[in-house]
Amino acid sequence: MIFLYSFLFCGVVCLIGQLILDNTKLTPGHITSMFVVIGAFLDSFGFYDKFLLWFGAGASVPITSFGHSLIHGALAKAHESGILGLLAGMFSLTSVGIVAAIVFGFILTLIFKAKD
Amino acid sequence: MDKESYKKLTSKIIPKENKVKNAITSFLVGGMVGFLGQLIVFVLEENFNVKHNDAISIMITILIFTASLLTAMGVFDNLVSKAKAGLIVPITGFAHAMTSSMLDYKKEGFVTGIGANAFKLTGSVILYGVVAAYVFGTIRYLFFGG
Repeated sequence: MIFLYSFLFCGVVCLIGQLILDNTKLTPGHITSMFVVIGAFLDSFGFYDKFLLWFGAGASVPITSFGHSLIHGALAKAHESGILGLLAGMFSLTSVGIVAAIVFGFILTLIFKAKD
Repeated sequence: MDKESYKKLTSKIIPKENKVKNAITSFLVGGMVGFLGQLIVFVLEENFNVKHNDAISIMITILIFTASLLTAMGVFDNLVSKAKAGLIVPITGFAHAMTSSMLDYKKEGFVTGIGANAFKLTGSVILYGVVAAYVFGTIRYLFFGG
């Protein structure tokens, strides 16, 4: 069942993105930025943790989970070391995604050429 | 020619996009990416005894690597133009945006080309994500005890 829920959650988030893309003048950049903020907002009330519980890994795939991971890492560190932890822990969970994108992107850029 | 009549003229030539078809495609493609993510996590957890959080990190790394590779090979742009938000909204879109902006500016050199433009598209995601997470995090930490 968790497979179906993953499919539905990720599908619905993409569907919302597509509807915004088609019916407004916003660009994909606007939509991904908006979704990250929405993800961070949802997690500040603990909703996103429930999504992860209900929908499995399907909830960690959309860009909304990036916002969730940012605030989640920041708050976890803030519990340990006080208000400064918000700064120290911000990237503790998302660094996998960011570093992977930077390193793979750079290496592949060295190997491949841009197509016209 | 003023703007109004120009718009009228071009709207006849530019083909109208089928919104319903776009919505269904992005739902199905996005759903498949989510399903694939869950499948990878499931296989890692059941067959390789990987912890849940580690399995999610590995799954995200696999998706990012695949998207970067397909972007570098020039396949991903075609896929995005068909699937649209189905591939932009998942983490694959993040990897695609970063790799394609690095590739596009490769000819301008390592520092002023690749270096300066790597975050051209993903910069806004990281910036607004961090600012939002900081503001919401501060509010939650100060007023709700974290």
